[in-house]
Amino acid sequence: MAKLRQCAIYGKGGIGKSTTTQNLVAALAEAGKKVMIVGCDPKADSTRLILHSKAQTTVMHLAAEAGSVEDLELEDVLSVGFGGVKCVESGGPEPGVGCAGRGVITAINFLEEEGAYDEDLDFVFYDVLGDVVCGGFAMPIRENKAQEIYIVCSGEMMAMYAANNIAKGIVKYANSGGVRLGGLICNSRNTDREDELIIALAEAMGTQMIHFVPRDNAVQHAEIRRMTVIEYDPTHKQADQYRQLAQKVMNNTKLVIPTPIEMEQLEALLMEFGIMEQEDESIVGKTAADLAA
Amino acid sequence: MTTLSREETEALIAEVLEVYPEKAQKDRKKHLAVNDPSVEQSKKCITSNRKSLPGVMTIRGCAYAGSKGVVWGPIKDMIHISHGPVGCGQYSRAGRRNYYVGTTGINSFGTMNFTSDFQEKDIVFGGDKKLAKLIEEVEQLFPLHNGISVQSECPIGLIGDDIESVSKKATTVINKPVIPVRCEGFRGVSQSLGHHIANDAIRDWVLDKRDGQPYESTPYDVAIIGDYNIGGDAWATRILLEEMGLRVVAQWSGDGTLAEMMNTPKVKLNLLHCYRSMNYISRHMEEKYGIPYMEYNFFGPTKIIESLRKIAAFFDDSVKEKTEAVIARYQPMMDAIIAKYKPRLEGKKVMLYVGGLRPRHVIGAYEDLGMEVIGTGYEFAHNDDYDRTIKEMGDATLLYDDVTGFELEEFVKKLKPDMVGSGIKEKYIFQKMGIPLRQMHSWDYSGPYHGYDGFAIFARDMDIALSNPTFKNLTPPWKKVEAEEVKKAA
Repeated sequence: MAKLRQCAIYGKGGIGKSTTTQNLVAALAEAGKKVMIVGCDPKADSTRLILHSKAQTTVMHLAAEAGSVEDLELEDVLSVGFGGVKCVESGGPEPGVGCAGRGVITAINFLEEEGAYDEDLDFVFYDVLGDVVCGGFAMPIRENKAQEIYIVCSGEMMAMYAANNIAKGIVKYANSGGVRLGGLICNSRNTDREDELIIALAEAMGTQMIHFVPRDNAVQHAEIRRMTVIEYDPTHKQADQYRQLAQKVMNNTKLVIPTPIEMEQLEALLMEFGIMEQEDESIVGKTAADLAA
Repeated sequence: MTTLSREETEALIAEVLEVYPEKAQKDRKKHLAVNDPSVEQSKKCITSNRKSLPGVMTIRGCAYAGSKGVVWGPIKDMIHISHGPVGCGQYSRAGRRNYYVGTTGINSFGTMNFTSDFQEKDIVFGGDKKLAKLIEEVEQLFPLHNGISVQSECPIGLIGDDIESVSKKATTVINKPVIPVRCEGFRGVSQSLGHHIANDAIRDWVLDKRDGQPYESTPYDVAIIGDYNIGGDAWATRILLEEMGLRVVAQWSGDGTLAEMMNTPKVKLNLLHCYRSMNYISRHMEEKYGIPYMEYNFFGPTKIIESLRKIAAFFDDSVKEKTEAVIARYQPMMDAIIAKYKPRLEGKKVMLYVGGLRPRHVIGAYEDLGMEVIGTGYEFAHNDDYDRTIKEMGDATLLYDDVTGFELEEFVKKLKPDMVGSGIKEKYIFQKMGIPLRQMHSWDYSGPYHGYDGFAIFARDMDIALSNPTFKNLTPPWKKVEAEEVKKAA
């Protein structure tokens, strides 16, 4: 048995982390790898394409019903879907109440104590909520957890900004633990020269763009059927894109401590690619009325 | 033993501070002072109400302790919910000896512990529903309670539970006041902020509830504020006030009720004993209702007489006459106590380290017995407390704010007092050093110490501690040989 690789997927909210993760995991499973997905988001939508379900019953939900997490068994929370992929959702409260971060911590501790990682797994993927808002959402990258991080991004300014911020968080944990950045996954939004831009950003951050996933409606077609492209239409060219991504992840040796860039550098990069205009300092703080005068 | 001079006391502070790292030394130095009774403002010599240094073994509590443990807990006809995990409520249950009259579990709940007993799932999913359910069960099981307070433990503030909205809703359901108190333990530097938060909750949720309602008042209506009836203190106080011809409408909060608090805005004068924990609500009543408040001290005959006359001066001649009669009636009893104990206690030196008001209020009682307080300090005072302390303490005595375990031990070793007055955590350290210690938080399971009745007990307790033969026989067997050799050599 090869050494278990634990990977965490981060990225700006709505960028396609869960879709990309599940398609990647499906491709890994197709290639014969034993994989587990751990959803770390109270919305619990990290496993639906693998399980063909709306939302998997979560660890925290079951724990609340049973009384406490100690009353649960591993098989209560673990579901197996496409390609033998094991799925767990940490779960958590509805928005605006309780502590979702604590839910992630509790769920991951439970999985560890119950030996969910001991079986002959090749990969564990943590699909984490958009921002590392508190300690709970950094749980997957603490010591003895995920050692590799992939950031999903696109050529849009805010996605790149978020990616850079996540890299800052990784630096903190890279110094105290052993976590490394494996690369940026560009989930294309069809912006101009997107691939070049993300390659340049990755270079500036000391990492790589591990794969450029082009935009294709096949992903959406699969998604409304609660399936990955790999399962829905294995012959589609988009499925090959995810297979390529899977191969690159399997063979990835470029694991680095990232060098997040300054805001000015990021802006310069965006200007170079024409995404941002040169800032006009004379208009800052001026209302429309001021400018008309 | 001779008392230290100013220079010697200063040198003592410097010597004790020497072991600290530079930064800690600089911080702690500000909290230690040599007293100068001529100083008007304590801020010139001592710093207080600052965050304790990590690692120094401070004796402080937290905001929850200040609210649930001190201010709210003694209100006997209410149920105080320790909202959060079980420990905070369970380990503070009935610990402060706030006596009350009533049938526990029926119409009084002072020594009981009510908690929402948070589990992991309550943290993750929030505890508001559980709180609502708990209030419902409380109402079913204890229908004679008159209200509920929700005392927040740390997690409530961390997970952002909306206890205010649960409380508002529950108030309409059970038709009794349900009062949310945001006294999460991590707020502030000590229990002091908890007192303030608790006072504010009373202001916002209790005090004005009977405004405008008919009330038969008399010109002699007063409230006792800041007496927690530890060992019966408030009762020993109330007797005297009633004998003076005053009508005590409310006791805050020892042996007190919610209705008493609601009636307090009708009184003519608020009598404030523990200034630290209840000055906030006293000031509020002064501003909003025009009720003046008067600080008083009922420890030891000298201070009692001073305070009785000060209080009487606020009222008409009938009260003044009765007050003089009270003083005259108790004087022989006081004379007898002093005649009995003073010869045994005269000249004995005491060091104090307590909370609230006692580090300054009990000085007079010791002096009545011929004893001297040579060092004193507060766990959680502000500078207005030290302003009041400076005048009570002798010149060149020692003041220590938020003293550390190490400092107190060193000061006691060097100043060699005959007894220490502090708490349970200090008790056995000093007793093993051969120095008698009386607990001055709980009155060492004795009391009351307030009023004339209290002074009789106070004097007896100090005597049994100081005259206890045990402390002369403390040499352990393995040191006996050594001690005898020294004796022989001498």
